[in-house]
Amino acid sequence: MSLSHPSPIRKAKNTAAMAAMGLALVVALIPLVSILWTVILKGAKDFNAYFLTHSMRNVAEQQDSGGAYHAILGTLEQVGIAAAITIPLSLLVAIYLVEYGRGRLAQAVTFFVDVMMGLPSIVAGLFILSFWILGLGYQVSGFAASLALLILMMPVAIRSTEEMLRLVSPALREASYALGVPKWRTIVKVVLPTALPGIVTGMMLGIARIMGETAPVLLLVGAANSINGNPFSDPQGSLPLFVFNESQNSLQAAIDRGWAAALTLIIIVMLLNLFARLIAWWKAPAAAR
Amino acid sequence: MSSDTPPVLAEPEGQAPEPVRARSALTEKAGLGDRAFAGSARAAAVFILVIMAAIAGFLIYQAVNAISQDKVNFLTSFAWDPDGNNTNGVPTFGIAAIAWGTLVTSVVGVLLGAPVAIGVALFITQYVPRKLGSFFGYIVDLLAAVPSVVYGLWGLLVLDRHMSGVSKLIEDVLGWIPMFKTNGTYGSSMFTAGVVLAIMILPIVAAISREIYKQTPREQIEAAYALGATKWEMIRLAVLPYGRSGVTSAVILGFGRALGETIAVAMVLTTVPGLVTRILQPGGNTIAANIAVQFGEAFTTGRQALIASGLVLFLMTLIVNYVARLVIRRSTNKAGA
Repeated sequence: MSLSHPSPIRKAKNTAAMAAMGLALVVALIPLVSILWTVILKGAKDFNAYFLTHSMRNVAEQQDSGGAYHAILGTLEQVGIAAAITIPLSLLVAIYLVEYGRGRLAQAVTFFVDVMMGLPSIVAGLFILSFWILGLGYQVSGFAASLALLILMMPVAIRSTEEMLRLVSPALREASYALGVPKWRTIVKVVLPTALPGIVTGMMLGIARIMGETAPVLLLVGAANSINGNPFSDPQGSLPLFVFNESQNSLQAAIDRGWAAALTLIIIVMLLNLFARLIAWWKAPAAAR
Repeated sequence: MSSDTPPVLAEPEGQAPEPVRARSALTEKAGLGDRAFAGSARAAAVFILVIMAAIAGFLIYQAVNAISQDKVNFLTSFAWDPDGNNTNGVPTFGIAAIAWGTLVTSVVGVLLGAPVAIGVALFITQYVPRKLGSFFGYIVDLLAAVPSVVYGLWGLLVLDRHMSGVSKLIEDVLGWIPMFKTNGTYGSSMFTAGVVLAIMILPIVAAISREIYKQTPREQIEAAYALGATKWEMIRLAVLPYGRSGVTSAVILGFGRALGETIAVAMVLTTVPGLVTRILQPGGNTIAANIAVQFGEAFTTGRQALIASGLVLFLMTLIVNYVARLVIRRSTNKAGA
């Protein structure tokens, strides 16, 4: 009897626990809704074609004018360079760890990838500052920011690629070996194509992560209000940094630009996330959906 | 920040099968292509180590340079004036006050964020149907995709207004504890920064906990029900003990994230020099926020001093991440024994 009908106190505890956990989900969703709502509402005021195609050159902070073009261009170039270096390099490192790695070297690489994973982004910025700018004597530039972003993207890219490669069935590799295909061609023609959707997803999530990074960029790109298309010399704009700088100003025109830039940034990052997950979902086996 | 789910912890017990090592069976020796490919993969792996070593070397070199010029004890001083603006060029700077602020804001963040994250993970895995659960999981993951500068903007211009009322309430109730006393002003405080950090670590802790709770052995759940347990009793008997070490390490990892968060904290806090112990009134500083705020006006020694403080932050996160790993390793060893 008592088994099928728990006492009222136990029932009440059960209900209270369920309510508390449901409440936790609601509490977790409030900031998300609030952030998206505020950014869309306040960002929409200045968000238009003019904002996306003009820079802040010769615009005073109090003017209700100017735009984020220089910052968007800067961020796309910096992230593009970082991704262009990270993607092939992390592919090779992951292939090494999964297909070749044994012994000390593989252990050391795995350890340092872990270390990089937990690295605060501001410390990545300081790394490049002490290495590239204070150590080797280069000036601030978009490329310096790319180097810091690369350090932040690398562990994410290596880890996710490594996981995807490990998921590829050994039977596929064996079948390829049995046909006399050399190991490297097996990796390139059989293993990589099989794991490709997962690898693409991981890379895109990595790119989305570094796209919104402000702290390292703050130390490395300098201050630029004008368009600078060359990431290798002179200060360059950056979209997250633009949000930060405009928010440090108490003038309403600047704050409005900050919100519009935040909206631009959120749209780019969310689209990247969405595409990444769509690829993962679309290519996942039906049972896992 | 984006949704990089730390996969180390979430890995199931059964490791992926060992890759096949056999060379092409027809030729005993590896061909030229094979050797070139293996060589470049190995070179890439070595390159990672070279970058890390070079960078760490430069970082330590700059930090040592700065600390050797410091006229006060770097570890115990509350001052931050490496360029000697107020002391006729005599560099005086120490890590104590900003390290304290870093710990306080992160502890507040974890105390507020972790319970919510664990509740979310339990609700998603135990109470709602699988498909709805993964939908909610995806929505909570979106929090991790919001860039930290946007958290900062929102925290500064939206959240902080609401925190004044909450802070006043806390002071009314707990004001007899010195920490919760204020000078009558609220907001832009270490508490507000802690709330922002709580929101930022929530998706990470929730995602890892979710993966762990999902793997609770079916037979343990059934066994608890067979004893007549209610759902909540089943969770306490089967799900929570199974996930304890994994979720603990997830919370510690979240703490590590909170320690290093820069821009959002820099935007929310009104930084004041010296040690701040009252967490509800404006003021306080963290290592990371201090770097972001001070960097613009720093000269040579100032920059090197900020690098030294960054090195301390790096060591703190290293230790925290190591402890998280240790918690996981000890529990898996126990299970294996």
